[in-house]
Amino acid sequence: MHSSTALSNIGSTGGSTGGAAIGAANAHEDQYVTFTVGTEEYGVNILAVREIRGWTPESRLPNLPDYVRGVINLRGIIIPIFDLRARFGGGATEVTKRHVVVVIQVGERTRGILVDAISDILAISQDAIRPPPDLDTGLVDTEYLSGLYTVDNRMVTLLDVQRLFAVEASEEDATQKALPAPDRLS
Amino acid sequence: MEDLSRFKQTYFDESAELLAVAEAGLLRLTPGTADADEVNAIFRAVHSIKGGGGAFGFTDLVAFAHEFETVMDLVRNDAIPITTELVDTLIRANDVLGTMLGYARDEAPVPPGTGDAVADALRRHQSAPPPATDAGPPHNDLDAAFAAAHAAETTHPDDEDDEAGIFGDAMAAILDARNPSAAAAGRQRWTVVFRPRPDLLLSGNEPAFMLRALRRLGEAEVECHLDRLPGLAELDAEQLHLSWTITLLTGPSVDRERIADVFEFVADECDVTITADAPPPAVPDAAAPLPDALRSPSGPSVPAAAAPPPPPATPEPASRPADPAAPRAKPAENGAAQHAGLTSHTIRVDLDKIDRLVNMVGEMVITQAMIAEHVRELPPGEFQELLEGLEQLAQHTRELRESVMSIRAQPVSSVFSRMPRLVRELAGGLGKEVQLVTSGETTEVDKTVVENLVDPLTHMIRNSIDHGLETPEEREAAGKPRTGTVTLSAQHRSGRIVIEVADDGRGINRGRVLAKAVEKGLVQPGASLSDEEIDHLIFLPGFSTAEKVSNVSGRGVGMDVVRRNITSLGGRIGVYSSPGEGSRFVLSLPLTLAVLDGMVISVGEERFVLPLTNIVESLRPKPSDLHGLVNRCDVMMARGEYVRLVHLNRLFGIPGATEDATRALVVLVETEEGARLGLVVDEVLGQQQVVIKSLEANFRRLDGVAAATILGDGRVALILDVAGLRDMSRQGGSAPPRAAAALPAPEPAAV
Repeated sequence: MHSSTALSNIGSTGGSTGGAAIGAANAHEDQYVTFTVGTEEYGVNILAVREIRGWTPESRLPNLPDYVRGVINLRGIIIPIFDLRARFGGGATEVTKRHVVVVIQVGERTRGILVDAISDILAISQDAIRPPPDLDTGLVDTEYLSGLYTVDNRMVTLLDVQRLFAVEASEEDATQKALPAPDRLS
Repeated sequence: MEDLSRFKQTYFDESAELLAVAEAGLLRLTPGTADADEVNAIFRAVHSIKGGGGAFGFTDLVAFAHEFETVMDLVRNDAIPITTELVDTLIRANDVLGTMLGYARDEAPVPPGTGDAVADALRRHQSAPPPATDAGPPHNDLDAAFAAAHAAETTHPDDEDDEAGIFGDAMAAILDARNPSAAAAGRQRWTVVFRPRPDLLLSGNEPAFMLRALRRLGEAEVECHLDRLPGLAELDAEQLHLSWTITLLTGPSVDRERIADVFEFVADECDVTITADAPPPAVPDAAAPLPDALRSPSGPSVPAAAAPPPPPATPEPASRPADPAAPRAKPAENGAAQHAGLTSHTIRVDLDKIDRLVNMVGEMVITQAMIAEHVRELPPGEFQELLEGLEQLAQHTRELRESVMSIRAQPVSSVFSRMPRLVRELAGGLGKEVQLVTSGETTEVDKTVVENLVDPLTHMIRNSIDHGLETPEEREAAGKPRTGTVTLSAQHRSGRIVIEVADDGRGINRGRVLAKAVEKGLVQPGASLSDEEIDHLIFLPGFSTAEKVSNVSGRGVGMDVVRRNITSLGGRIGVYSSPGEGSRFVLSLPLTLAVLDGMVISVGEERFVLPLTNIVESLRPKPSDLHGLVNRCDVMMARGEYVRLVHLNRLFGIPGATEDATRALVVLVETEEGARLGLVVDEVLGQQQVVIKSLEANFRRLDGVAAATILGDGRVALILDVAGLRDMSRQGGSAPPRAAAALPAPEPAAV
């Protein structure tokens, strides 16, 4: 059930953005930025990615789960940083200079996710995306997984950033349904 | 009085816009194809100008606008056909309206006869479409005059202070065109021929100054003669080749000598002839714009009157009567010059744009602080120029910030102006005689602050009149004038705005206040309080001393609300009272909400900013000052009062902080409700102005955190919400969401 909603979501994303923003690319393909956290590889739709930047020390926020690393100053605006490893139960990331923050635009909001390294940019056809298997929702929160994709025998877990953050922060985020409009990002 | 002029200014600004709307609409009107929306828009514009004019008593303007409006109404109802001739008349009517508004703005009487010809034309349209030839002679004279007006106005952009004078000239031209003899009646007309020698400029004289001086004597029409102007090849820029004929219309006080005085210093370097009672000059020729003539020595073949913008009807008035297209083309060509009579000196800007600017300047302040911090680490003496440059940058940044903030600033008069009516109503309702004295209405402060001052000031003035002032009988018995005085004043003082509400009433009755406070359980019976402390009891929630609750002062929701409103603006309130002489409430507010005076503190590795307005003092407690209360809750004796200690590291879960309060620092803070607590922190790093940044824009609100800011090293620091911290600490760390944080809404729009 989760997987079907996630898939339809991807479909609508592709439909609204594919032709206009990617231009020459196949209308049925979306581009994904993929990155690694430990041995696992994740991908987010490139249209949601605003920039990728090196790690800068964060200021901690009080009384929040460990996956909320804190806030940083992104050229004058203050954005929260989420630790993807901690989010998936791997404990807080021991940051080094080589860690990167993927800055993502979700609706009106800008936020960063802390990952180990950027790995690739992939053009992924919608047909090639497999639904996540029927996982034990008690073990893995599948809400924010939009599908799985295989490339060179690697499995890339595609994340629905909007849901990822909607699950995280607060009730007011959950009301933000719309993915960023393509023109906002271009 | 000042109040009315403020509204007037708004009226003139709006009228200028409406005129532009009407004109744009009129220019789009084409015979036979009336767009109902367009016609309605023009009608509404004229109607609005008329309505506003009526409110200010501009009778001539209203009478004229009425004719204009009537015709537009007929057009609107398809009662009369749209003809080219009608549109011309309407455009001219629009011009006349602008001219009249110009007079009204300058508080000059509208000269009799202004716009009569156009008004007549309008009236003719109201009855029947006039024959085409009717638009003949008066039409063109007026056009010529208007052209002169526009030319004179548009070519004097650098003469702002003389604008009224130029406008006067233009109007004189208009008057002359219509009725030369009437305009000249009772005045003296002079013709001054001013023919300077070519080397006049070499002696440092400037003919423009003399022409300007002449213009101050009366209404001057200046004609520039280019006959001595050589071709470009022979032109010597340091030689003067021009001469002028000035027709001067003066009052009786100006005699030949006064005119001659103008040329006193150049008498040897020019030929001047002054002739009285010369015949009126031909208007079109007189339209030669002065500075253009001075600036365009491009060749003798270029007549000054043809300088841009060319007034189309000017050169051959007699040959154009049957050509209705000519006057129509004029407004389009002259464009912005159309409303020479009502130039707007203000622009309307979307608030978002200003806020974006404010934000960007905030960034600059941070960046500049960042650079300054890095530079401090450089070896001294080696980068002298860099340091000087940075010093200048800091200076400019500060000035830029002040300028930008001043755009958002508004005079407090918009709030003060509401008070006289309130005073009047209250005095009537309470049977008191009250006089309100205001001062410093022009003091400017941030728009948001101004808007949020209305309620507190209303409360305070109510309070002063209801509680402070005695009845006239009581005042007489006390040897005071029957009429009580409430003073409302505003002034800038050391980067803040200070607003005072003072009355000369009975002062705070401390005995009654104390008794009341004890009765309400706000103060322990038998407690000894200083006079000042007693005075400040009136700010406690639920406190009211009115012996009978009146519908004026409400039910004890007075001063505590005032205090809360003021502190939510980052302000402070104090009261000073002396029995029998009156009370004085003093508000001190920041000039802007975008920056905040804060104290940077550190806890473990983290740094926070405490708003300075919350801080009472900071101290290092002695072990004997500290006491444990029940379990884990520490209290401390500070200035004879027990305050609860709040360990910020425990509350926020910060590792590595000093646990022992005797080795840490206690910052004594006070919430807006007046509750005190002691924040245990590691260090107080210093005071700093910080730019308020929203945490909610990209994340969400957090308990105990009002907003965030960026410190000099580029790191984010949270601005603490003292009242929120108090709530959190009372509930063991997890407070329910408070309705509103202590700080005002931070920066309006994140970049």
